[in-house]
Amino acid sequence: MTLQVESLSVEYRTPRGVHPALRELSFCVEPGQSYGLVGESGSGKSTAALALVRYLARNGRVSRGRITLDGTDVLGIEGEELRQYRAKQVAMVYQEPVRSLNPTMRVGAQIAESLGSGPGTSSEVLLLLERVGFEDPGQIALRYPHQLSGGQAQRVVISMALASRPQLLILDEPTTGLDVQIEAAVLGLIDELRADLDAAVVMISHNLPLVAARCDRVGVLKDGILVEEGDAQEVLSYPQHEYTQELIAALPDIDVPKSGGSFRRSAPVVLRAEGVRKLYGGNPVVDDVDLEIRSGEVLALVGESGSGKTTLGRAVAGLTRHEGRIDINPARGERNPVQIVFQNPDASLNPKRTVRRILQGSIRLLGGDSSVESLMEQVGLDPSLADRYARELSGGQQQRVAIARAFAGPTTLVVCDEPVSSLDVSVQAKIIDLLRQLQERTGVAYLFISHDLAVVRALADRIAVMRHGKIIETGPADDIYTAPRRSYTKALLRAARYQPTHALEESFSLEPSSIEPRLLVAAGV
Amino acid sequence: MSVIDIKLAPLVLSKASRTVTKPQGVGGKLLRRPTFVLSVLILGFWVAAPVVLAFLGLDGLNRTGGVNQPPGGGHPFGTDNLGRDVFIRTLAGAGPILTIAPAATAIATVVGAAMGLAAGYFRGIVDDLLMRSFDILHALPGIIAILLVTAAFGRSPVTIMIAIGIFFAPIIARTVRSAVFVETGKQYVESARSQGESTWRILFVELLPNVAPTLIVEATIRLGFAVFASAGLSFLGLGAQPPSPDWGLVVSQNRIFIQTAWWSVTFPALAIMTLVVAVNLIADNLREVLQS
Repeated sequence: MTLQVESLSVEYRTPRGVHPALRELSFCVEPGQSYGLVGESGSGKSTAALALVRYLARNGRVSRGRITLDGTDVLGIEGEELRQYRAKQVAMVYQEPVRSLNPTMRVGAQIAESLGSGPGTSSEVLLLLERVGFEDPGQIALRYPHQLSGGQAQRVVISMALASRPQLLILDEPTTGLDVQIEAAVLGLIDELRADLDAAVVMISHNLPLVAARCDRVGVLKDGILVEEGDAQEVLSYPQHEYTQELIAALPDIDVPKSGGSFRRSAPVVLRAEGVRKLYGGNPVVDDVDLEIRSGEVLALVGESGSGKTTLGRAVAGLTRHEGRIDINPARGERNPVQIVFQNPDASLNPKRTVRRILQGSIRLLGGDSSVESLMEQVGLDPSLADRYARELSGGQQQRVAIARAFAGPTTLVVCDEPVSSLDVSVQAKIIDLLRQLQERTGVAYLFISHDLAVVRALADRIAVMRHGKIIETGPADDIYTAPRRSYTKALLRAARYQPTHALEESFSLEPSSIEPRLLVAAGV
Repeated sequence: MSVIDIKLAPLVLSKASRTVTKPQGVGGKLLRRPTFVLSVLILGFWVAAPVVLAFLGLDGLNRTGGVNQPPGGGHPFGTDNLGRDVFIRTLAGAGPILTIAPAATAIATVVGAAMGLAAGYFRGIVDDLLMRSFDILHALPGIIAILLVTAAFGRSPVTIMIAIGIFFAPIIARTVRSAVFVETGKQYVESARSQGESTWRILFVELLPNVAPTLIVEATIRLGFAVFASAGLSFLGLGAQPPSPDWGLVVSQNRIFIQTAWWSVTFPALAIMTLVVAVNLIADNLREVLQS
């Protein structure tokens, strides 16, 4: 069941004219092989995935090229044939699994739907759920999508994709938004299933090392052009094209510690938190946390989604009510000692205001004395962008504006809440570098929140690992990276290095089932 | 996904955008919509008509011909039972309705936006108090509530404007409140808070421009309803009084002649219809352009 893509070109008609999204893309995937298509946003990788299942947006058009799956001309089929192709031969797994499930239907019934009705469906559903690693399929089948964790939901989506035993499996950023441990488990599952079904797998991702670790071959896309293709390990180790080299150079290196830095251990304490607790619906998301940050110190708060790290950061920034004490001692008597930089720069800038007005407001509020232009220069923004609206800027530029806002006046502590996770890798490195320079120049302290231990390596003086609302391990960065004490910290480090973990059992175990088969029938399974 | 792909390809776009015209702003988009242009022309006609009449010294109050003359000759819409020209009276009738309805809408918009912003931003007790009092107010049917107000405070145009305005304000407040809920979920609001921005500025400088599209659309929809409410009150005898050419009043007074002089009822009724339909079409077009 070989998938062959030959000089595929796709263009979109937009109000601004015809925009080519893919140019002369060619690749080939053998059955049982996996092919990774890597690129940053706008590279055309998702367009390629949509073209493979013939789901291009209405304004999209294949201008030339061929796609053949096992001899079938995919671009030539129509009507019932196309429906059969989508139903039986290909399966696609999207990013954000919860969104691809129907929230009003029980999981089992949804899987049954993709199997088609017939006798023995319910036992097949349970088999499929077992196949994707659920120890207790009966229990899962009765749940609604909102009762699943992100990893569980992605497993359910994959089980639906498998229902038709597809020859081609397309995964569009299958693990983006999932925790590192669950990511490893999901990718392991995909590997197993590929071998089992002998299907061709196309995995689309922005994450080159992740794809290289999981795929046989990779292709690197830039502006719709395949700039490099080859054996996964070779491309990662010996990139030929300039762009691939840049991408790899931009990856944070988890083994290179922070160099320089002005932090002294005897510096005065600027933040002291004691017994901080925050409940959501009776459940503690931050549970009795003590924290200390000294002047000029960079403390990285690391943990997975749902660990409570963002809530703790918001409490420190005074954005949420909490129990316990948080004392801030302004280093030089600043008016606004705590600033915050958010994850998503698009939402953190008012869309109705220009960069100039946003920064003028911040300079006024923080009592700064620099001009908008010099502030923009400090964060590496061209001052000629001052009269643009935030939405007219790229993600990286937007984040620079958000950072400029935090540094518009004297401040003591900046809470950086995943400031680079929504950005492309090549931009990430530059923003991290900017944050490092600004910190060194101004001597502020950072509470740097991240899920990725690799990202914070170049910045952090000290690391605090958070899990289930508690800080479970804390220490100087060098100690944590070289000699972690807790097994959870070790697992995070393995994931950051793309080493396989054995998190399956831990992440997916459920209580034993007490559900009778007739309940399953009642649930429509 | 494809949309993102297009947006973030500045290199390719800059080449393409040289050859095609840049998309125009909101105004340009609206002007390319025939229903919008037509509706604005109709609304403009009804706004201009009473002004032009007043300028010409015509008020439609005096007898100008025979009684109950059918359309034709010197009276394109005929004359009514007192020999007054229906055409002139219909044109002049736009005056009262287009004073009361926009003024009532303006009151509803200002009061409603302020309450909606407060409820959406402060939530908690402020939100509960406002929303529950809206529930109580709206437990009464609208027309009865306004009847009570006019019964208590008289039937002057100002009373009617305020009554309609107060009754519509909660509807606008609810819409604004939900838009504020969406906006406060975005971090620019938190960001302003964390920088010590005053609540006043957060509400009116940061939030208001972002909920403005929703507010404008809702206010236009309310304008349509206010035209109806104003005409309805006059029809019931609670608004304008004879010999005013107010459409609702004219329809009410002349409906007994519908079999002998249909023109004296039909033309003012059609006038109400064209105005309401035009305002609603404007609202529809604004919604499609502003909230897409």
